[in-house]
Amino acid sequence: MNRARADEEEYWHSSKFRAFTFDDEDDELSQLKESKRAVNSLRDIVDDDDDDLERVSWSGEPVGSISWSIKETASGSTSSLEGRDSSLQKGSSSYAALPKQVSSYSLSSLFKGRNKLPSFQSLSDALTDTGVKNYAPELRRPKAEYKDYSSDWSPKDTVRRMQRGKVCSLERFRSLQDKLVLLDEAVAGHDGNVITAVLIFLKRTLRREILFRELEVRQVALCHLIHFLRETGEQKLLLDLLRFLDRTEEVALSQYREHLNIQDVEKRREFLKGCIGLPFSAEDTSHIQDHYTLLERQIIIEANDRHLEMAGQSELFRKYPRKASILNMPLVTTLFYSCFYHYTEAEGTFSSPTNLKKTFKIPDKQYVLTALAARAKLRAWDDVDALLTTKNWLGYTKKKAPIGFHRVVEMLQRNNAPVQVLQEYVRLVEDVETRLNLATKYKCHDVVIETYRDLKDRIQLTAYKCKVERGSAEEEKINSILNNMQIRWKN
Amino acid sequence: MAFAGRRDAPEPPDFGILKRLARDQLVYLLEQLPGKKDLFIEADLMSPLDRIANVSILKQHDVDKLYKVETRPAPGASDQFCFLVRPRVRTMRFIADIVNADKMSGRSRKYKIIFSPQKFYACEMVLEEEGVFGDVTCDEWSFYLLPLDEDIISMELPEFFRDYFLMSHELWRDLEEESEGEGQGRKPEIGHVFLMDRDVDYVTALCSQVVYEGLVDDTFRIKCGSVDFGPDVTSSDKSIKVLLNAQDKVFSQIRNEHFSSVFGFLSQKSRNLQAQYDRRRGMDIKQMKDFVSQELKGLKQEHRLLSLHIGACESIMKKKTKQDFQETIKAEHSLLEGFDIRESTSFIEEHIDRQVSPIESLRLMCLLSITENGLIPKDYRSLKTQYLQSYGPEHLLTFHNLKRIGLLTEQAAGETLTAVESKVSKLVTDRAAGKITDAFNSLARKSNFRAISKKLGLIPRVEGEYDLKMPRDMAYVFGGAYVPLSCKIIEQVLERRGWQGLEEVVRLLNGNEFSVSDSTVEDNPAWESQRVILTVFLGGCTFSEIAALRFLGKERGCKFIFLTTAITNSARMMEAMIEARA
Repeated sequence: MNRARADEEEYWHSSKFRAFTFDDEDDELSQLKESKRAVNSLRDIVDDDDDDLERVSWSGEPVGSISWSIKETASGSTSSLEGRDSSLQKGSSSYAALPKQVSSYSLSSLFKGRNKLPSFQSLSDALTDTGVKNYAPELRRPKAEYKDYSSDWSPKDTVRRMQRGKVCSLERFRSLQDKLVLLDEAVAGHDGNVITAVLIFLKRTLRREILFRELEVRQVALCHLIHFLRETGEQKLLLDLLRFLDRTEEVALSQYREHLNIQDVEKRREFLKGCIGLPFSAEDTSHIQDHYTLLERQIIIEANDRHLEMAGQSELFRKYPRKASILNMPLVTTLFYSCFYHYTEAEGTFSSPTNLKKTFKIPDKQYVLTALAARAKLRAWDDVDALLTTKNWLGYTKKKAPIGFHRVVEMLQRNNAPVQVLQEYVRLVEDVETRLNLATKYKCHDVVIETYRDLKDRIQLTAYKCKVERGSAEEEKINSILNNMQIRWKN
Repeated sequence: MAFAGRRDAPEPPDFGILKRLARDQLVYLLEQLPGKKDLFIEADLMSPLDRIANVSILKQHDVDKLYKVETRPAPGASDQFCFLVRPRVRTMRFIADIVNADKMSGRSRKYKIIFSPQKFYACEMVLEEEGVFGDVTCDEWSFYLLPLDEDIISMELPEFFRDYFLMSHELWRDLEEESEGEGQGRKPEIGHVFLMDRDVDYVTALCSQVVYEGLVDDTFRIKCGSVDFGPDVTSSDKSIKVLLNAQDKVFSQIRNEHFSSVFGFLSQKSRNLQAQYDRRRGMDIKQMKDFVSQELKGLKQEHRLLSLHIGACESIMKKKTKQDFQETIKAEHSLLEGFDIRESTSFIEEHIDRQVSPIESLRLMCLLSITENGLIPKDYRSLKTQYLQSYGPEHLLTFHNLKRIGLLTEQAAGETLTAVESKVSKLVTDRAAGKITDAFNSLARKSNFRAISKKLGLIPRVEGEYDLKMPRDMAYVFGGAYVPLSCKIIEQVLERRGWQGLEEVVRLLNGNEFSVSDSTVEDNPAWESQRVILTVFLGGCTFSEIAALRFLGKERGCKFIFLTTAITNSARMMEAMIEARA
């Protein structure tokens, strides 16, 4: 039984959750493996004419993907499609994945960084006849039909026409009342496109205070204007609007959001400093303060460590070169970094873990967890031991972990801890079944043997004899336990 | 839940025509710009476009080079540019920059923008502002509906969820209007229509999926009905793009199954396959000839599919084992049932502390919040602080989004405000009240999950073990632990032929916006179409919901058709809420 298979089997046997384990006796994963073997064994019969197969293709569609071609254009090859297509005809089905789109989820998040105020020209110009749909034959009527700016469409008819994508002049809605009736009609039509079009017109033809005042009692229209301003990046107007509405928290958040667009760290730090005074809730103010302090620290640490690394004096940096800069990383990542590179530093330095812990009031549990991960990564087992050891008031030491010991074991094992180290913590896993599983998996023989002894399970203990080496101390131990007449075996 | 007189489900209408129409219209639009042209395509439109056209079709209509929007054209590009885009301000500015750069350098070209699915007035405004209005011509490609499978139609508008539920932005045209005036005097092809807003049921969308198709989506991300299986699945060095639909004879048999039933099926299948191959031993020449000419091809294809899905299963198992899937599922089920809330809260806390995954941590917090009607203030603060420390302070913005949309809220002190608040919310037009309602916003979105769950029996009480291979109800899609709320509502309304007896549930769902429209067509059992049911999900629907309703359809002898703004899952929903670094 190979190692991987044993692991997986154990996984299923050890899992307590029934719905995901299987009723019948035969192990489904081995079934899966078996299927795989069966299928693979057929490969030699099958693989002879792959190409033919690929054209039969599960995709059921002719190969010649557009995404694939674009990837090619993007990667610099500017050859035209002619050549490409012929290669596709051969039936290559290895599509390259498209690069991941940056936040394709939100329309609004796509529109950052432009603060240019638009010059408002006449909307009617914008809505001339080029806007007419011209693909459907029945729409191809004389243009005169669409040129109806002068005719007196009622607000309702105007909205209805706009909903159908037709061109309508809004210029004739000049009195405030007319404008508002038009807006209300647009809102009643539930078409965001038309509502926005009317809002663009109102924004251009009304003083902002008046526009704001009227929108305050028209929530739907207001939402659309806010969305529109976000999209077009008119941040200043947006903030004015939010301030007018007394939505102070949104003002603060909206301003704070801008830091995401600032690439230069010094500028970003300055900007964050300015954010501290914004009207956030008390809770959020402290988060913003922490954000600022964190970046300030990171800038200092980064400058020092880059210097250290370049100088090549520090063995730690030579042995484990930094993979990325610490700038703009979360606090926990920063703490990990500091536990990794600056563990022994005195509390006075900005980069010391204890200083970070104090400054940001990091809870004990979080601190120990992060330090454990960092020290285990360095395979500094003594530090690991120290982190997990506590003294009680009588001076006795005791092992204590902020998370279950099974997690500690996992973490150590991932970092290739030797059996002697692992064993100590496997022994502390409370749940017997989990302990046995982990001990067996990681070959902590002593723990397995002792656990079976405590369970008075002679059968399992006897069976375990074949898992240990012949003539080893472990085998001897098993034998001596089995021969111990004092133990009352349960089986 | 066996129904007497079980009938076969009717065949769904053929939606292939939608693809043909979209393709024809696109071809027509491309021909509006005769001669050689380069085509710029918006990233989000590529996968949908791949479903209905291919490179040779574009080439036949004089498309020379293809670019992704946001890529600068190469020097020596064509004299005509065509842009196939979503109506977005940023894209308009990209196009305007190209046009203006050409103008500056005295290059003359023709430009055409094809908006899909429609043009927005705001886009034209930007073109006007940028001074390129008139230099470009605009068209619309009304490609609203993409059939992903014989029973799934997607609008491929994932941003609808955020825009509509977070921003209350009614950007997209009414569906009702679209269908108006159609089908007059014709025999209807669809008997019932359900419109479901995603915010009626967030819980289901937040759960880990355990039916095969859902797991594949959660693990590999199905995009427009196809998935990229990487080297770990294909056991070779290349990735393979696979269409996952009813045409795939292996997939179609396992897609709706609970993951645990899939193994057995696949091994049975591969044994059969082996037996079929083995038959060729002992064949004479003639038999062998027939075998090769008639069966071999089919067997080979089956072999291919089998090894792919086996590979996918293995890869899923490996990944899920690493992610403590068992424990996560256990915590999820406790949340759904309302047991051991403290324990689940610590589980989530540890998840955050260990920086397991920002999306997963967020998902679990939302699930906790929505099942518990909000977090108690102490937990809210501490989880939020730890989250910001683990995953970055800028997620402060994410938390505000989640609060606004009602996915992650803080319980208010004293629940007695509800009556006042409902009165106040009626007065939104009043200036002062507007602000108060704002403050009550999170309260107004109380999920009442626990009460609804009790009322509708969403947590099955089973004696002994739930048999996932022979499911008795829709709960099997979540390992027998929970019947998806959205699907249960549909089941109940169908069973009761209306909302009678569900008044309490409607009230708990904050049902002031429920509209019931009586079907004008009388039930006529002779019409097969009476048993075709269209379910529309606004804000996305998950593969688990689809599987559950397919199951219900089989039990009842009816056919569900799914129309959704996009296929969603918990990760997509969370990502839509996250404020990412620009």
